[in-house]
Amino acid sequence: MRIQINRRTVLQMTAKGALCAIPAASFCARAFADPSNGSVQSTFFTEVAPGVMVHQGQHAHEMTADNLGDISNCGVIIGKDAIAVIDTGGSARFGSALKAAIAQVSDLPVRYVINTHMHPDHVFGNAAFMAENTAFIGHAKLARGLSARADRYLSINKKTLGDTAFAGTKIVLPTQSVQDTLNLDLGGRALTLTAQKTAHTDNDLTVRDETTGTVFMGDLIFSGHTPTLDGSIKGWMTRLSDLSAKPAARIVPGHGPASMAWPDAAKPMERYFSTIAREIRAILARDGTLKEAMSTVGRSEKGAWQLFEEYHVRNVSAAFAELEWE
Amino acid sequence: MLKSIWTCVVSVAAILFATTSVTTTVAARDAAYDPWPGIQEDVFENRQLIEDTQNILLDAPYRAEDAAIVPLTMTISKDIAGSVKDLWLIIDKNPAPVAAQFSFGPAAGSGERTIITRVRIDEYSHVRAVVETNDGKLYMAAKYVKAAGGCSAPALKDMDAALTGIGKMRVKILQSDISKTKMLMGQVMIKHPQYSGMQMNQLTGLYIPAKFITEMEIKRGKDVVMTVTGGISLSEDPNIRFTYAPGSEDHSLEIVAKDTDGRIMNGRAIPKGS
Repeated sequence: MRIQINRRTVLQMTAKGALCAIPAASFCARAFADPSNGSVQSTFFTEVAPGVMVHQGQHAHEMTADNLGDISNCGVIIGKDAIAVIDTGGSARFGSALKAAIAQVSDLPVRYVINTHMHPDHVFGNAAFMAENTAFIGHAKLARGLSARADRYLSINKKTLGDTAFAGTKIVLPTQSVQDTLNLDLGGRALTLTAQKTAHTDNDLTVRDETTGTVFMGDLIFSGHTPTLDGSIKGWMTRLSDLSAKPAARIVPGHGPASMAWPDAAKPMERYFSTIAREIRAILARDGTLKEAMSTVGRSEKGAWQLFEEYHVRNVSAAFAELEWE
Repeated sequence: MLKSIWTCVVSVAAILFATTSVTTTVAARDAAYDPWPGIQEDVFENRQLIEDTQNILLDAPYRAEDAAIVPLTMTISKDIAGSVKDLWLIIDKNPAPVAAQFSFGPAAGSGERTIITRVRIDEYSHVRAVVETNDGKLYMAAKYVKAAGGCSAPALKDMDAALTGIGKMRVKILQSDISKTKMLMGQVMIKHPQYSGMQMNQLTGLYIPAKFITEMEIKRGKDVVMTVTGGISLSEDPNIRFTYAPGSEDHSLEIVAKDTDGRIMNGRAIPKGS
């Protein structure tokens, strides 16, 4: 039996019902069931287009035991035969909550788990979806990037989340990789996966739902949350410009609202990176130092982003090390 | 029968005890272990080190934003610079604590000496600049830096780009500093992944073999400014800025570097206008 989903059934399905299927009381209470969080936050999914649902991560926060690493957006696309999940959150426990929430919406099988890149807040829920007929799909370079960082990611996240919230979390690498593009069929619903060149990381993957023109950008797009540079600033700027030229009905950012207009969603990031690049190049032109760049570059962007002090200076450091070789 | 069971129990108890005590020791060691006395013995043969923050300035961030690329500046005052023959940069808790040894030659000059570079820091650690003067005395300045994971982290943001152009060297003479200090300043940048040997490729289960720059000679014309003996603690794409004295004739910088594979890298820079 298939359950028809519509906006109403999705909205009715509060996180309390979905999440408390697993014993994570504090998570439910604080993250979603608390009325002070507002009606949107008390709903696990937002249906951004017919059959396309997004769970919005608590993007202004860092990973904690209470949020189970739920800091990035995850998507669910439902076809006639199968479901594709796009990113799985920051822990196996959160992945289980996501899986339970999906089961309340549809009894179709999750046939594909797509990871938009290697970062823990997007892949650490994978373990909850391990099943015989479920394929894990990522950029051709994801396995290498994640493997090289596996020990560090696991130990840092275990420490951050604590043993209880971290329980069951492990590295699940792609079983299928995307070199260039890959088309998936969910039954009357085609998805196009595109491996991007180095930008946010060296393994960014975008997912386009051809039925609704919805594009999951992964962390190529941050909104609100300070972008984090773990790839190439020049590559990222080029990707934003290239992707902006390709129309989309809406996009889903890796961190930010469930749905955003395109290409408007790229504008703040273009401003952020062009500011950083311009100011670093000016320092390089007069033989200034990395240290100077780290304390002066991009301060005008402070008010525009959350978690700015946590990530901005590191971005400047990475951008400087790249741009000094121009 | 009974005896063998008893032996078994004893063995298990012994193993348990041993495991517990080892774990305890390691835990205690992690938290409080101070490698400095051992370094002092191994590198400086327990000679006396005099703290001298007047003549040695070490600038390091208290908290590193990126442990794989921590900017450091070391300055030796003009009062002692002319008599300083070596400078050691030490990161106590790194797997190889001596990050670099800079041995000065005649072209290092006698004015205020500055070296600016970037290092990896593996855990919260003291960072030290130790200098030895011609009379065999050792002077030191230290800073505590909060950073973690710098040596095992794959700093390689784009893993394919890391090996592209390996050995490419850029040398630059930074003219703007002459009038201020009467010293010249040069900069050398080398494209090099500086694999630490601690970064694991989990697809193969093997550690990526160490591959890093071991030595570098910096000359002004024919005169040595300094030789640098380096290790895995210098960041990917090593970058060193250094002061040197203007010469009477040839001001050009000639740099030769060598890595663990025996790869020889060359670079030079000629002052503008010559």
